[in-house]
Amino acid sequence: MSAVPGELKYTRDHEWLRQESDGTVVVGITDHAQQQLGELVFVELPEAGATLAAGQGCAVVESVKAASDVYAPLAGTVVAVNDALEQEPGLVNSSPYGDGWLLRIAPATAVAGLLDAAAYQQVLAAEG
Amino acid sequence: MVPFGGWDMPLHYGSQLEEHHRVRRDAGIFDVSHMLVVDVAGADATAWLRRLLANDVARLVPGQALYSCMLNEEGGVIDDLIAYRRVAGAATPFRVVVNAGTSDKDLAWMSAAAAGFDLALQPRRDLVMLAVQGPRACERAAPLLPESLRAAALALEPFHAAEAGDAFVGRTGYTGEDGWEVLLPAAAGLAFWDAALAVGIAPCGLGARDTLRLEAGMNLYGQDMDEATSPLVSGLAWTVAWEPAGRAFIGRGALERERAAGPAQRLAGLVLGERGVMRRGQRVVTAAGDGLVTSGGFSPTMNCSIALARVPVAAAGACEVEIRGALRPARLLRPPFVRHGRVLVS
Repeated sequence: MSAVPGELKYTRDHEWLRQESDGTVVVGITDHAQQQLGELVFVELPEAGATLAAGQGCAVVESVKAASDVYAPLAGTVVAVNDALEQEPGLVNSSPYGDGWLLRIAPATAVAGLLDAAAYQQVLAAEG
Repeated sequence: MVPFGGWDMPLHYGSQLEEHHRVRRDAGIFDVSHMLVVDVAGADATAWLRRLLANDVARLVPGQALYSCMLNEEGGVIDDLIAYRRVAGAATPFRVVVNAGTSDKDLAWMSAAAAGFDLALQPRRDLVMLAVQGPRACERAAPLLPESLRAAALALEPFHAAEAGDAFVGRTGYTGEDGWEVLLPAAAGLAFWDAALAVGIAPCGLGARDTLRLEAGMNLYGQDMDEATSPLVSGLAWTVAWEPAGRAFIGRGALERERAAGPAQRLAGLVLGERGVMRRGQRVVTAAGDGLVTSGGFSPTMNCSIALARVPVAAAGACEVEIRGALRPARLLRPPFVRHGRVLVS
């Protein structure tokens, strides 16, 4: 069983989002996603300042098994990326909702169309 | 757990990367009971193996082993295997260990090739095979061996084996580290596994087995060579015993023609010059033409991606690998990449 914290929002692509008090959004991949990928060996992140369209590939997480794209869950500007992952990509495995965050986005539009924890649980259940 | 050669095998027991490092730095144990042991009995055992295998078992002294390809008539590799010449007093003169996924076709091929020979093949599905590997593997595992075998096992040179009763120990492996491959009857094998874990030998899965063998520059059957590729284009020319010239092993004619014409390709090592991971099937772009990654992955010891690739024979030095649509700089070199805990490429 994978963890699905109640306070976060989710996408069907197994990403999580946390809305911060300053209006920015922190993005990572879910516990389920890191379990499926296996141990990460590289994380490729965008440059801070990059502009993202919703659905655009914005990061690559590469594990011992395979490479996988991370898609921007919303349009906006990258205001920060998790530089610690360059040295320690395994943080995504050990702490997917904490130290293993990927990037922080200043959204261009209102945050909408995301799943809450219960809805994401159903996505996981449907995937079996 | 993943399906592998008709078996369900663990990819890891928690962390593939940690298991890899444990074998390079200390000791790990792999359950490789999926591989098939075939004992070869009969008055013609030597003559038959000299016909069956591209390497020559006549070179072996009792207790010595060799690595060989078993070829089809076209010189393609049916399987790669280790053949042991057993010590005097053993139940059969030879023992062969083949891959799991190929074991049915291997047995069929061996049986067909046995026509006209005084020979009996004895598949040994009753034996458990455990590989203990790493710089401290023998020291840690020695107390777990039957006492009758312990001193002989510790004294073994690489690619030699000792046995006592149903217990068999070879100083062989698939990791590039020192260690043993141990064969035991099922109950004793299970007890050995439990005892190994109890003394701190790390259980290791298929994932670490693959990254360790790739760093060691060892081929994986079905990826780096198969029935459509010869040893000469698979980095295995060194395993073909051309002398004596009169030994008519299966596939010899095709191999001699290929050697005379000059092989068009060779199997080379690759190191990626930047972040990312090379994977099997990716295109290699060289000044001498394109090649293909046959095995690729992440090297935990080198902290970068390494691969084996079949490339034009003239290709050397700088090249590019097409990874997810982009050409990335890489370098061709001669494997192995890592042996005995040391990185051998700069």
